[in-house]
This record gives sequence, structure tokens and C-alpha cells, in this order.
Amino acid sequence: MMEKVRKIKSGDVRTASRLIRNLEDGMDEARATMKHLFPLTGHSHVIGITGSPGAGKSTLVDGLVESFRKKEKTVGVLAVDPTSPFTGGAILGDRIRMQRHAEDPGVFVRSLATRGALGGLAKAVGDAIHIMDVMGKDIVIVETVGTGQQEVEIINHSHTVIVVLIPGMGDEIQAIKAGILEIADLFVINKADREGSSKLRRELMAMLDMAPASAFPAGWRPPILKCENAFEPVGFVKSLEEMSQTIEDHYQHLVKHDLLGSRMHRKAAVELNEAIRCAVLEPVLDALVANGDLERMVGQLLKKETDPYTLAEEIAQRYLKARP
Amino acid sequence: MAEKKIRVMVAKPGLDGHDRGARVLARCFRDAGFEVIYTGCHQTPEQIASAAIQEDVDVVGLSCLSGAHRYLFPAVAKLLKEQGAGDITVVGGGIIPEQDFKLLYDAGLKALFVPGATLDSIVAWFKTNVKPRD
Repeated sequence: MMEKVRKIKSGDVRTASRLIRNLEDGMDEARATMKHLFPLTGHSHVIGITGSPGAGKSTLVDGLVESFRKKEKTVGVLAVDPTSPFTGGAILGDRIRMQRHAEDPGVFVRSLATRGALGGLAKAVGDAIHIMDVMGKDIVIVETVGTGQQEVEIINHSHTVIVVLIPGMGDEIQAIKAGILEIADLFVINKADREGSSKLRRELMAMLDMAPASAFPAGWRPPILKCENAFEPVGFVKSLEEMSQTIEDHYQHLVKHDLLGSRMHRKAAVELNEAIRCAVLEPVLDALVANGDLERMVGQLLKKETDPYTLAEEIAQRYLKARP
Repeated sequence: MAEKKIRVMVAKPGLDGHDRGARVLARCFRDAGFEVIYTGCHQTPEQIASAAIQEDVDVVGLSCLSGAHRYLFPAVAKLLKEQGAGDITVVGGGIIPEQDFKLLYDAGLKALFVPGATLDSIVAWFKTNVKPRD
């Protein structure tokens, strides 16, 4: 166990990737290793990138990696893609855009499947960030699945959240809706050479103009950057450099105004929540599946013999003995 | 709920850009319940080996239709071994003449799938021969 911790601290990719996998697979021994890694975390700048499918997240991540590598920062990337609800299989294709970094020892790209987790991330993402942090990555970039309006889980794991938008996705009412547009520290209008990018920019500006001052911690109003067509290398690289600079400015802003703590408070609460779920809920569900009770109860519900609320109360009484 | 999933990398080494077959297989592995990492075309053996280790896959499936399998497939197997990842199974597919089979098996490939191999037979091979790690 301590050997594993030592290897991860020294940056060993094989050990780290295997540990991430054991965590994804829910193995107890992997959680035991995390107990030793947790105290060593807290050095990386975690950047979340979210946006709709096809918005260009993976391509932007690839460009950001290049831009951070030019500044000699080491980078970890966690790229999440969806799991099939029917077969449990997944195609993890974000990596295709990032393969030019495959041989760079300063870059570690790991793909994760959602495996049923809601919110746009995978269950093991929090732990995988910790592992890359302990490996010594200066930057950890987390790319969510292609998101809709509501997948805001990324905010619980990142210091800086980038929301990637593309022109032509809807009228101005979309811009006043709650959800994903509220979590951005930085907006990127990607594929900005397409028609409608100036209109989208105006709508975002109007949205931000209407936000209360409390929406901007210590005065950070999310900048709106445009990103040029990735097939026009000069403009694209320039856009990426501006983006990586803004990301660093945001981190400095958090540090300067002592805001890192409040971002991490959220993360800590979510992690505790998740750990409780693993320790309390999963053993109960496992037991119910193993003894066939769960299937029997579903059958009762279908026949309307009882209701889910009564069943849940019964289960709570059976398994949670020391209720307050 | 501990469940060991099989992770597979589908990779296209070399200059061959014919990836329809690789994509069909990726989809087919997805439907078999595997997690599939697809690297895209034009990969060097070094990129493939490094990506396989970063992704901690059980199997690397190489697809090559250009005739360069004699060099590219053994190169991937060799690099994995050198980097302490000899336990990752390497298999190959494509237009591979029978006379090359021995060279490839000797280089460490565990299976070769050539024109005529059905998707079902390939998935069946994976399910029988690829065991998730200890």
C-alpha cells in the first residue's frame, strides 16, 4: 500500500491509472489507498470544461494542454464520456483530439465513462483529480460529457469552470434560464467564425448585466472569449493563449481574495456526501440485490401492493438501527 | 458494488486511414458492454503504447489495412513490454496474409482477425480470453 502511495507521488502513470480503475470498479482496497493520498492533495489548479456535445470541448482541452506545456506546467486531463444505459458499454473518444500529447511525459490523459452517474461526470472523478494532484500535476483539466442545461456537477470539483458555447443554439430566453450558464467563471464562444457569434455574445453580456453583484465573487465578472476556427492554426493558437491567460488570472483572483477556501468547501461537502453514499447506501442496496428483496419489492410496486415510500421506510428501519 | 469492466483500446497505427472497420468494432465492443477507447488514425506505436498505459486497458486492438502490420504490430507489443505493461493483451486485425501469422504471434500478439471474421466471433474471443485484471 505505501509502495503504491510512493509510486503515485513519484508520478508513476501505470500505478495511478490502475488505482483510478479500481476506484471506478468500486474496489474497497482502492478506497483504502485513497485514505493515504487524501492528506497529500491540494496543489493542483483544477479546471472544468463543460458544454454541449460537439461544442469543441476536447479540441479546446488539447489546445489548452499545448498552451500550458509551453509554460512548462505539467497537465493531467480527465475526459468523461457517457456509458450506455442499456449495455453498460461506452465509447471514450475525447482522446482522439489529444493524441499528439500521448508521448509527452508531462501530460497524462485518462478517459472515464459515466457509469450511470448524473451531473455530467463520473463517480470516480473526484478521486481521480486527487490522484493527479498527488502525482504533482500543476494543472488538472476535467472535461465533462456533452451537457445540456442542468449538468452542473463540475462546479463541485473545479477552481475554474469554463462553459463552451457555440452560435445558433437557441433564442435569448435560453440565456436567462437557470443552470449551466450560472456556473461559468469564463465563457468561450467556440466556432466563432460561424454566423450568430456576435448575437450570442450580446445575449451573454445582457445576461451578465442583469446578474446581481453577488453573482460575481470579489468582482470577478466572467469574461466572454471568442475562439477562432481550430482549422485556422494561427488564430486558434492566439485564442488559446488568451484563454489560458484568463484561466490563470482567475486562479490568481481566487488566491488574492481568499476565495479558494469557499470553492473547496463545496468540494469537501460533496466528497463527504459521496463517501457516505458508498459506505451506507451501497451496502444496503447490495444486500437487497443479493437476497432478492429488491426484485421482489419492484414486483410489489408494479402490482400496486405497496408504494416506494413505505418500502423505503421499512428498509431504513431494518438497516439503520441507530437512528436519531 | 464492485464490478470489473473490460477496457479495450482500438487503435490504428501507421499511415492507413481506413478506419470504418475500427469504428464498427468500437461500436460493437460498446454493445458488448466494454469501455472502448478509440485513438483515431495515424498513430505511432509509441503513441499507442503510451495511451494504453495511461488508460489502463486490458486489450489493445490494432487495425491495419495497408500491409505495414509486419512492422507496426510487433512494435506496439515490444513497447508495452519495455514499459512494464506486457500483461496488456495485444490483438490485431486487417488484411494480413497467412504467411505473416507466425511472425506476429511470435512477436506476442494473441489473436489475429482477418477478412471474413464475424463481429460475433471477435466479441466471443474477447469474452473468453480477456479477463479483467486481478
